Amino acid sequence: MTQATDFGFGEEETMLRDSAARFFADNLPIDQLHKLVAADPDPHKSLAASWAPKLWRQMVELGWTMLAVPESAGGMGMSAVAVAGLCEEAGRAAFPSPLLATINSTFILAACDSANATLALEAIVGGAAVSPALINARGAWETAATDVSAVDGKLNGTACYVQDAQKVEYLLVKAQTPAGVGLYWVAADAEGISILPDAIIDLTRDQARVELAGVEAIEVSADAVAALEKAMPAIWTMVAADMVGAAEWQLQTTTEYAKTRKQFERQLGFFQAVKHPLVNVMVDIDNSKSLVYNAACAIDSEPENAGKYAHMAKASASDVAAFASSRSVQFHGGIGFTWECFIHLYFKRQMHNQALWGDGNWHRARLADLLMGAAA
Amino acid sequence: MSESERKDTREQAEFRDYCRDWVADNRPAETSVRLPLSPLEIMTTDQLQYLQAWQKAAYDAGLVGCDYPVDCGGGGRTDCQRIANSEMVAAKTPFFPNVIGLGMAAPTVFHHALEERKQQLLPKLLSGEEIWCQGFSEPGAGSDLASVQTFAEKQGDKWIINGHKVWTSLAHFAEWMIILLRTSKDHKYDGLSYFVVPIRAALGKGVTVRPLIKMTGETGFNEVMFENLEVDDSYRLDEVGKGWQVAMTTLLHERGAGQLVTPQSGGMVQRKEGEEAGEGGAYGLIALAKSSSRNGKTAADDPVIRDRIMREIIREEGFRQSKRRTRVPGLVDNPMRIPLQHKLQQSEMLQEIAQLATEIEGAAGSLYIADPNAPAAGRWPMAYMNSFGFTIAAGANEVQRNILGERVLGMPKSK
Repeated sequence: MTQATDFGFGEEETMLRDSAARFFADNLPIDQLHKLVAADPDPHKSLAASWAPKLWRQMVELGWTMLAVPESAGGMGMSAVAVAGLCEEAGRAAFPSPLLATINSTFILAACDSANATLALEAIVGGAAVSPALINARGAWETAATDVSAVDGKLNGTACYVQDAQKVEYLLVKAQTPAGVGLYWVAADAEGISILPDAIIDLTRDQARVELAGVEAIEVSADAVAALEKAMPAIWTMVAADMVGAAEWQLQTTTEYAKTRKQFERQLGFFQAVKHPLVNVMVDIDNSKSLVYNAACAIDSEPENAGKYAHMAKASASDVAAFASSRSVQFHGGIGFTWECFIHLYFKRQMHNQALWGDGNWHRARLADLLMGAAA
Repeated sequence: MSESERKDTREQAEFRDYCRDWVADNRPAETSVRLPLSPLEIMTTDQLQYLQAWQKAAYDAGLVGCDYPVDCGGGGRTDCQRIANSEMVAAKTPFFPNVIGLGMAAPTVFHHALEERKQQLLPKLLSGEEIWCQGFSEPGAGSDLASVQTFAEKQGDKWIINGHKVWTSLAHFAEWMIILLRTSKDHKYDGLSYFVVPIRAALGKGVTVRPLIKMTGETGFNEVMFENLEVDDSYRLDEVGKGWQVAMTTLLHERGAGQLVTPQSGGMVQRKEGEEAGEGGAYGLIALAKSSSRNGKTAADDPVIRDRIMREIIREEGFRQSKRRTRVPGLVDNPMRIPLQHKLQQSEMLQEIAQLATEIEGAAGSLYIADPNAPAAGRWPMAYMNSFGFTIAAGANEVQRNILGERVLGMPKSK
């Protein structure tokens, strides 16, 4: 299969992206976001998630969590490219919500191809927020790795690094079965579940360790490896879209500061030591954004290459996130090093994003295996 | 059907079929003449004649200058040059020799010359019968191009030119030169005017062309001295004092960001007997690594080499996808943002790839083109050295970063 020249990003996708940009800008501008998530600078503060559940309800009502749900399950069946546009805007706004977690869950469930998975998708269409609980204590990204076991429909063990666990109603848990690895749908408040929040760097998200002790669960896939291999390219691509949007905010905000702030009777942006690295950030963002839309387009129209392109997108976005973050703090100077300056919110979200679902080094190594074969 | 073919207009679709068939039937035979790596290193008349014959054939068939009007010697088509280009590049045809003419002089003449001058100059430029060169840089004017001092003094209907231009690729074969001249010493930018000058006719009569030797040991570019060369006022493009604005048209096209698509052909790789074909660009590094030895295994087994190759492949793919994104309105905020990065990115990728390729070759990377044992005939160390031509020429990449920082990001001028 081949891709459309324009990535399939037409009028409908542009309208969705623009309306998302307006929603985030109108409802949670950066000063409000800072008040909401950074009220208390104490690293030992309470681990309760800071977010705006009312805005989340509006996002659900706008249909944003069911964009990628197939029409057969009552969703909108929109392209991954459209979803990427939304994720890019959520990243640009550093918006705290279970949007990415829920969208990622829809990609996994759509790849499960079972009656129970369809029921789960219908719950998402009905407004439920979901987060994938796939990672073990070692933080392994391998599709088969898990510290949870499933015996007779009951889950035992621990899932780690679960994103936005305090904000969701359901979890999609990967678990070892006697026959292989399966995926399970459980209510986040089911009996036997303990959600133990991590104290994380990122103030715009929450993350948790989820302990499961004899939890009743519904199997949505008996072959988690197959489902995840199909869904992971979309997950990598959507988090990369979030990062590219956030990096563009970092670039624009830092550029604006370089135009305003004066030293030696000159605007900072006059000095090439400031100007040129910001241009390098821009060039890297552009390549990365193009790779994101190429990967997103591949998910629907060139699935045989989606993994390859998604590795490229996430590897590139991870490097861009690190670069844009470091320059944003450095070029803001002393004020950039303080809690009151808004840029730390993005710096931290990007640090979290870089590691999430594999950093640049990990994705380049996987890409090398695909393109070069395994190393001897 | 490739991605770019889907949105072809009917004219484009028919033209694509025509180009594909024509190129399949008319691709020139390989030659015993040893061809240079790029048009800017053409040194012998044998090389020039072979390449000129190819450009003329492609021009006569309508594949060069397709989008220029018929009365300027063009094909009178709409948005078809890129289609001819993609067919020629895909067929790995030889490159065109008149690159300065096609890429820089033609759009400048087209946008700024009088109608009869266009009709006189453009047909033989497009056909490659007349080679063009560019007289911009001077010993004292490199990145600061507007400080050129080569002076044109008005005497009646004539201008008398005196001065010294450098890094002038193809001047040793050129009939014509596009040239940026100072016509007033009172203003820096507004004291410049732009001309086309018939230099070949004036060799020994006011014009001297001397070869300069590059760090690679090749010639290919020159210095050009002007001593009381008399040029008619009708060779001036646009008004006196508007030379800088005309030069911007040239530079925009030179940096790959102009409106008129440059006719492009190329991809043919000459090999020594027994040498294997390899994929070009960053993907080509994989085959090179697999055939290079390192630490008892191949370089393709070394995790650091693998990571560095992946970085190049990812950058190259990103660059390719950005060119695609340029034409998608919904995914572009500032229409000049990606086009103005073109020269910067392309030249730096080329440099990084050539550098990494030479490193992958290991000890054998020390062998240069004259050594019979040099891998890939010494191509990579030479390509690495030559890559600095691209990161320096057409406005050093430091100047490109100023342009991007100022015009796209809106930061204050660094001067």
